This record gives sequence, C-alpha cells and structure tokens, in this order.
Amino acid sequence: MKLQIKNGRVIDPANKRDQQTDLFVADGHVLAFGQAPAGFKAERVIDASGKLVVPGLVDLAARLREPGFEYRGTLASEMRAALAGGITSLVLPPDTDPTLDEPGLVEMLKHRARQLAQVNLYPLGAMTVGLKGETLTEMAELTDAGCIAFSQADTPVIDTTVLLRAMQYARTFDFMLWLRAQDPWLAKGGVAASGAYASRLGLPGIPQQAETIALNTLFDLQRTTGVRLHLCRLSSAAGIDLVRAAKQEGLAVTCDVSANHVHLTDVDIGYYDSNFRLDPPLRGQRDRDAIRAGLADGTIDVVCSDHTPVDDEGKMLPFAEAEPGSTGLELLLSLTLKWAQDAKVPLVDALARVTSGPGRVLAASSSAIASAGQLGIGAPADLCIVDPSAYWQVSRQSLLSQSKHTPFLGIDLPGRVQTTIVRGQVAWEFAG
Amino acid sequence: MRNPQLNRHGELTHLITTEGLPRDILTHILDTAQTFVPLADRDVKKVPLLRGKSVFNLFFENSTRTRTTFEIAAKRLSADVFNLNINVSSAAKGETLLDTIANLSAMQADLFVVRHEASGAPYLIAQHVAPHVHVVNAGDGRHAHPTQGLLDMYTIRHFKKDFANLTVAVVGDILHSRVARSNIHALTTLGVAEVRAVGPLTLLPSGLDQMGVRVFTDMKEGIKGADVIIMLRLQNERMGGALLPSAHEYFKHYGLTEEKLALAKSDCIVMHPGPMNRGVEIDSAVADGPHSVILNQVTFGIAVRMAVMSIVAGASA
Repeated sequence: MKLQIKNGRVIDPANKRDQQTDLFVADGHVLAFGQAPAGFKAERVIDASGKLVVPGLVDLAARLREPGFEYRGTLASEMRAALAGGITSLVLPPDTDPTLDEPGLVEMLKHRARQLAQVNLYPLGAMTVGLKGETLTEMAELTDAGCIAFSQADTPVIDTTVLLRAMQYARTFDFMLWLRAQDPWLAKGGVAASGAYASRLGLPGIPQQAETIALNTLFDLQRTTGVRLHLCRLSSAAGIDLVRAAKQEGLAVTCDVSANHVHLTDVDIGYYDSNFRLDPPLRGQRDRDAIRAGLADGTIDVVCSDHTPVDDEGKMLPFAEAEPGSTGLELLLSLTLKWAQDAKVPLVDALARVTSGPGRVLAASSSAIASAGQLGIGAPADLCIVDPSAYWQVSRQSLLSQSKHTPFLGIDLPGRVQTTIVRGQVAWEFAG
Repeated sequence: MRNPQLNRHGELTHLITTEGLPRDILTHILDTAQTFVPLADRDVKKVPLLRGKSVFNLFFENSTRTRTTFEIAAKRLSADVFNLNINVSSAAKGETLLDTIANLSAMQADLFVVRHEASGAPYLIAQHVAPHVHVVNAGDGRHAHPTQGLLDMYTIRHFKKDFANLTVAVVGDILHSRVARSNIHALTTLGVAEVRAVGPLTLLPSGLDQMGVRVFTDMKEGIKGADVIIMLRLQNERMGGALLPSAHEYFKHYGLTEEKLALAKSDCIVMHPGPMNRGVEIDSAVADGPHSVILNQVTFGIAVRMAVMSIVAGASA
C-alpha cells in the first residue's frame, strides 16, 4: 500500500528531524519526505495537519501475560492496547508461566504473535531455568528461537556465583543481559520505599541500598566479564548516580525507568491505594527529580511502560497483599508528553526516550533489529500520528488493556494517538 | 484528598487512625468517654445509644482482650454484638476480604470493628461499605490502633490534666508497633511539648524523626525527666533473629526497672498496652508499683471504645 501522510510535524529523534512535511510510504517502508517521488500515486492520503508524526514507540518492558496468565491479559487484547498507545515494537519479559526458558516456547509465542500480525514482539529469554537462579538456560538455542537477550525479569539471582557464570556465558556469545538491580535480601518482604511515608503507613520498606548494592555487584562483575548490560527499572537517585559514573568509566551499560516513576512518588500512595503498588516501589521527591535529571542528561536511555496487567482480584486487597504492577501501554506516550510539558523538555528529546533510545538498546541486543524507533528513508514504516493538544481521561472505559489498574486512573493526560501504522499498514485508528 | 474518616460534614464516620484527625475531634472523644466512665460503678451499666444496631467484631487476627473490651463497650451501648474470627472461617476457604464484608453487609451490619494483619485493610473496607455503615479499626498491621491510642490519651489526661507541658517517652519496638504510631500522632496533635521514641536502631523505623518525635537509643537519656512512659510489648518472635540477640540483653538495656524509672519525674506514670512480658520489657516491681496505671488503662479502654462507637454511629450518612 502506498501512503501519503500530509502536512504533519514529523519528529524523528534518531535522524534529528523535526519539521512540517509530507511523508511517503511504499511497500511497508519509508520512501521519502517533502515532495512525492516521481510516479508515486498514493492509495491513501492521511491529513496530519496539526498532528505529530512520530516513529512507532518501542517499549522495552511489556508483559502480555501469555502464556499462563490469560485471565489478566492476552496477546490479542494487549497488542491492541499497544497499538492504541502508538507502540509498534515491544519487548516481553520472560516471566510467563511457564517461563521463557525453552526454545519451543519462544517459537510458539513468536508464531502466535505472527498470526496476529500486529506489533513487533521481541521476547527476552530466561537467563536461568524457571528464573530460579540456579541453572543457565540454553542461551544460544533461545537466541536462534528469537530471544534478543536474557533476563531474570523481577526475580533476582541470589547466588552471586550463578550471576558471574551467566555473565561469562553470555559474554562468550556476546549476548546482552537485561537485569533489574535489586538485592534480594534487602528487598525481601518490602512493599514500599523505606522512609518516612512507609513508616507512617506501617508498610515494610525497601531501602535504596537494595538498588545501589545490586548495581555495585553488577558493575564489578561486568568489569571482569566484559558483558554488556541493560539495567531495568531504576528507582533511586543514588542508583542513577552510580549508572552515570559507570557510563563515564566506559562500561557498556544502558538503562531504563518506568513511566510511572517519572511522575510519581511514595506520598502519592495516599490512603493505601493499591494501584500505586509497584515494583520497584515509588520513592521520594528527590529520587523522582533525579530520574527526570537523568533522562534529560542521557544517563537514562529509555522510558518504558513496565506494562503489567493485574486483574481486579489482584488489586482489591490491602496494599501489602495486592499484586504489584500497572497497565501502561496506553499511557507511555501520554506520560512522556506530560513529562516534556512539566519539565519543559523539547519534544524531540522527550520522544527520543521512547523511540530512538529504546531502538538503540534493541539494536545493541540483536543485529537483526537495526531500525526500530526511527523513520530514516528505507526503514520499516512503523509510526504513529498523534494529536498533542487532545487530552483524554484514563478510565476503565477508555482503556483497551484487559487490566484497568494504573495509578493514573481518573487523570486527564495529553496526547491522543490518531493512527498507528505498522510496516506501512494502518493497524489502528482512533474511532472518536 | 478528603480524610476518608470524615464525612462531607467533617464528622467522624470511621475511626481508622489518629493521624490527621483534628484536635477538636480527639478532645470530643475524650470528653464523651469521660461521661461514660461513671457507668462502670452503677448497677445498671447500659445506655441505649446503640439500641437496635448491629455491631460486628471482625477479627482476622487473634485477640481476646481487645475483642472483649469492644464487645463490652458495644453491649453497654445496648447494641447487638456478633463476634467473628475470620481467620478460622471464610479466609481459610479463600473468600476475599471484600467478599466477607459484602456478605456481612447483607446481614444489615451497622458497624464493623476490624482487626487485620495488613496495614491499611480498614481503609479498603471503609471504601466499600454503604454510607450508613461505620468502621472502627481495632488494629491493622503496623499501621494504627487508634482506640488504644485514645485510651492512652484519656489515661494521660486523667492523671496529668493537661497535655501542654508534658514529656512523653514511648519505649521499645516502635518498628512493628501500631500502638506507638497511634500514640505519637495523638500526642503531637494534642500539643504535648516533647514526644520521645526510645529503642535500639533495629526497632526504630526509618524517617521516625519526621513524625515530630525526638529519637533516643539510650533509654536512660530517653526517659530522663519524663512525665509519662509508655512501654511497648516486645513480641517473642522478634528475639534471637537479626533484630535482637536475646531477651536478657534487651531487658538489661530497654527493660523498665525501678532503677531506670528513678530518672523520670517523681510523679511519672507508667503505661503499657498489654499483654505485658514481665522481665522482658518491664520489671514486675514497676508493673505492680505505685507509678503504674496499667489497670486504669484497661478500665478507661471500655469508656473510650463506647465513646468512639457512639460518635461514629451518630455521624450522618
């Protein structure tokens, strides 16, 4: 299909493009900007006047809950939510049931996703069998099956020797590890950030040292093994300082934060609102400010949705007993725009954290993914058209995700996705 | 965000925590309790304030003493009282907290007295009951035990008349104590000059200094010149792990003995929410001695719980 997207403001951080122009798509790829190439005849013209035309968002952490937790979300329901949020590529953590520790499972998941033919799905393989932190998985086989890197999801490795071996083995094949930094002992039993607010509420806390100690361990082992690391969901100011220093030192490290943590602090938990039960926990004002500063100066490469569908039963419980996690696919773009607005960050820089930034992490993970999150000529035409001035209310009715639980329920957010295009095909359109 | 304990008229409709309640409401509860105290010495101990109302004691965590005092208080208000130990009935069958509440609401409950092991559980219940149904927290996790806090305030006012110039020391396992939190919030709201928290660093929660208290790790320093000492119960299961090495060492440094008590003011009162571990946090000579008002606390506890139940039940829907 030949497409002409007319008169939009094209923002493509990877190629430093921010201009009012026309975009031409043919055969699923970006063909040209500005003037139609000779002989180009559009089969469809989309008027994008007053809208942003942005690379399809790349989300580095989205649990679609298949296989194993279909009552909380399915590939079909959550991929639709992704498209409604302008996301065209997403990475699946391996904490499904069973976990993604066998090539057959990964092939089946890829096959299911291909049948649905919507969003580009990139699974992370389990680093250890059953995520138990004991036995290494067949990383090479899993890579052949389609895994782009290896991860423990939210389950830390307790035995540091296993962590060292996993790094050595991954380095052998130059596979990347995507790891959370959370000391299992200090985090044990905790449900909120340690500090005055958790103490008032009588909730067991997780101190920031859970993050900094784990980061120091990871960096030290990285120095001896040379493995490349992507650090997932940082939460503390002290942790971000460590990553900044590691980058200055020259360690091969990238990192992300969840969109929730760009906006919220522990005080927002209010009267035990279980929609604010998240992993890692929300921390203080200073931590949130450090997250924003880290995003602005490039220490933090990526904002992800950390999409974790939880059903009503999992949330209608006292705070400490409630399941952590929130739905996020449909909020990622809006929360990024809101951050740009609040912190007066130029749009092109803010959007880099959900397009070119995660695109680079994908490219570093797998040579097969060269051009996610950008709109260079010849790149796959994965993009979304956004009305930046339209506000929408986050509500049970407006969310397409099977999970209706997010800390932003009832809040008006900026940015309505009008159209999402995957490989040159209109995959989703806002019905109005 | 409106305080969920208050209705739109600013009346107390649930009692969940002493934190954030206006001083007027705390004082009103204490004044009301004062009118109920003489009832205990009368032949007929009942008043008809809750006649025809159904009070459900929902205890998801075992407690004979607290449940009994609530039961006595409700019966003296002429309510019909139903006791349910949920941990042995529906919770074991997998029924959720909200299912239990919905079922009991369908039995026309007017007031739930709730004890739950999870901090914040009474808020969840209060959010899901009909507007005319009231919730009184009888202890949730480490968060709050507001009727204990209020009966402690009543006891202090009874013996000291005024809160303004007092130094009050709360001693022991602050980390796990809902009683400590409820006391600290009530004391600071009622304008006590100095609230102190005393304990080893393993039992002091982080950010405690931001609750308006002075923190002490040395008990002798912490109780020096105190008008009131509130000793906290130390649960046996805290012993011998990474929190405390032994009961023996704890008693030596944080147990209240006559020798340590001599550092406080000569008219200092000693309180304890019970049940006491004699020889662990408090010496028998002190517990039974002239400074102890521990049994007065129990008596006042019934009047304070009557006051709380009659006040929340009187709030408009």
